[in-house]
Amino acid sequence: MNDLLAARSQMALSLGFHIIYACIGMVMPFFMAVSHYAWLKTNNGIYKNLTKAWSKGVAIFFATGAVSGTMLSFELGLLWPRFMEHAGPIFGMPFSLEGTAFFIEAIALGFFLYGWDIFNRWFHWFTGVVVGISGLASGILVVAANSWMNSPSGFTFRNGQYLDIDPVKAMFNDAWFTQALHMTIAAFAATGFAVAGVHALMILRRRNIVFHQKAFTIAAIFGTLAALVQPLSGDISAKDVARRQPAKLAAMEAHFETEEAASLVIGGLPDEKNRKVDYAIKIPGLLSFLVHGNFKDEVKGLNDIPVQNHPPVLITHFAFQIMVGLGTFMMLISVIYFLVLWKKREMLFSRWLLTLFVLATPLGFIAIEAGWTVTEVGRQPWIIYGIMSTADAVTPMPGIAISFGFFAAIYLSLSVVVIYLLYRQIKMVPQLYDKPENITNKTI
Amino acid sequence: MLFIVTTYLCLGLLLYFLLGGADFGAGIVELFTSRKNRSRIRTTMYHAIGPIWEANHMWLIIAIVILFVGFPKIYTVMSIYLHIPLMIMLVGIIARGTAFVFRHYDAVKDNMQVLYNSIFEYSSIITPLFLGIIAGSAISGNINPEADKFMEAYVWSWLHWFSVAVGLFTVTLCGFLAAVFLIGEATDVYDKQRFIRKARHFNIAAVICGALVFLAAYKQEIPLLNWLFGNAVSFIALMAATVSLGLLWYLLRKGKSKILRFLAGFQVSMILLAISFSNFPDFIIIKNGTNISLWSSQATASTINALGWALVIGSIFILPALIYLIYSFQKHQINEH
Repeated sequence: MNDLLAARSQMALSLGFHIIYACIGMVMPFFMAVSHYAWLKTNNGIYKNLTKAWSKGVAIFFATGAVSGTMLSFELGLLWPRFMEHAGPIFGMPFSLEGTAFFIEAIALGFFLYGWDIFNRWFHWFTGVVVGISGLASGILVVAANSWMNSPSGFTFRNGQYLDIDPVKAMFNDAWFTQALHMTIAAFAATGFAVAGVHALMILRRRNIVFHQKAFTIAAIFGTLAALVQPLSGDISAKDVARRQPAKLAAMEAHFETEEAASLVIGGLPDEKNRKVDYAIKIPGLLSFLVHGNFKDEVKGLNDIPVQNHPPVLITHFAFQIMVGLGTFMMLISVIYFLVLWKKREMLFSRWLLTLFVLATPLGFIAIEAGWTVTEVGRQPWIIYGIMSTADAVTPMPGIAISFGFFAAIYLSLSVVVIYLLYRQIKMVPQLYDKPENITNKTI
Repeated sequence: MLFIVTTYLCLGLLLYFLLGGADFGAGIVELFTSRKNRSRIRTTMYHAIGPIWEANHMWLIIAIVILFVGFPKIYTVMSIYLHIPLMIMLVGIIARGTAFVFRHYDAVKDNMQVLYNSIFEYSSIITPLFLGIIAGSAISGNINPEADKFMEAYVWSWLHWFSVAVGLFTVTLCGFLAAVFLIGEATDVYDKQRFIRKARHFNIAAVICGALVFLAAYKQEIPLLNWLFGNAVSFIALMAATVSLGLLWYLLRKGKSKILRFLAGFQVSMILLAISFSNFPDFIIIKNGTNISLWSSQATASTINALGWALVIGSIFILPALIYLIYSFQKHQINEH
């Protein structure tokens, strides 16, 4: 494994790990706040227990997300010093604001976790909401920094020099809104489905049914709402990418030749040497429609882009197919769920529907990982699109493969421990939260 | 604005050293406590640092962000030539942070606790050790961008007597800060006595390690004495630290926790001031003398301005909330579960 590939793998691993924790850490506080609100309004103890149970999940994920985020702020320099030397002053604005948002989140979490029965009930509730809002703000700011790498702006690049730096303009680059929108909705969809899936499984196993039903409903409504609107934001993103980064779009679609009335390629095995896709379903004109809004217009293919600027087509195309496929599947589940909610409420906790949600538990996160693969691999060979190549940014220190292996081991063991901890939290729900008054409701 | 940004950078580093240091130190104190008393220490510690511990490593993140946005050259040179110790420190931060949360939030209390505890305790030593090694390396003059051999560029830059001595000195200071802090948190007289004893031990250890730093500096021809005694500010700061040492021992006998905390923080701040003032604004001392200073590595004015405003506005939000958080939990007993 050469140093560049090792550095990219280590970065991918660290980000891939961090994204999951960051998403859950920024979305679950909202579930928690809804349940907390329900408790304050109804005085139903189940909601209080649910809030507390979820807040422990938030604490675990927040802490893991915080340390893996700290890690990343160093890894940017450890792996890509040449990039940070020039990019830091330009795209650093969102990072410095993110520091504030994250600090506020940590403070609010301190109030929330340790503030039960100390503060005014509504102040306490409010601190929980602040955890969510500041978490969301951090997420959006970090995505804004990433979007600058896709759509560099706020400086003039002349003779290898980065001049006329405007950090605010860099932050509000062309890509920030579409990327932040898509990521935020994805975080809600993925976390909603994951949490709903876990509680659905508990209902199917007939453990603390009332508790888990309430939990399931809150998470499922958040998740399905997000999954329903996500295709819209995906459409905005695709149009934006086509405009700014034609090479990325071409790789996503395995679109080798520039053509009018371009067809949408679904699935298939891209063959980069012979510039064709085997075994794919092709829908004529649809790609032109998705990109330009009509079935005729031309879509730029990889043949119009110099070969040295091609992103890896196979990975980008596969990742894109996985993301879209899973997103569509989640959208369908959401349609079914809303139909049931609207027309047939008695079926809300029926076996088949719950089973569907259990099956969908990891799908949102797989889609997120796939989506980030599209964004990052699709930007290659650039680290700053059109300005600096990834190969020029990597650290001169040799032996990065060793460090990659080392970090892989750390992240793997951390994941195992976190899953084990959550398993134990969920397993202990009966002992921790079963009050006599809840047990009588258990038969449904 | 450069002044504001630099002030924030120094404050961030100082606060990380004091608060984060006390945080690391709690783990070190735990490690150096007999097994039968450890669980008592854990409870005291959890009550003391639980609510604010998330905030502690935020100081480090702030300092790092200021460095890579405002002073990118410093950040990149450290990232390249101190890659290995930075990585080890990061692993320490990860292991420590997660073990602390895991041991508290594991719903089943069983043998896994033993594992969490030992990870927490050992990473509490490793992290400040390497933090000290990194700080020591930055001023030791062993960083050499002209080196063409792996060991010279990436290992001997940080692995030498001076940096290791500074690392050990940092560890003992952290233990000392934590022990002094915990005196005020102790719930009974035995615990209090125990923390007072620990504070004395760590203070003696710190003086010994401090002497080691001087020896190592002498051996490696680092002009430490000149830095410390060559200018009035460093000299006065060092004298203040020494005088407060005597006062501290007297107060330890009395067990006056509030003044002790202040004094311990003051002492450590003075040591940091003494060492950093003489080199200011140089941040990294390079082998061939082309030192990297805050002024020479600063980003363009527009970036520094934006960063300065972000920091000022951020503080307007953060400081009142943080102060209220600390105040609230000083007043109330923690009431979780």
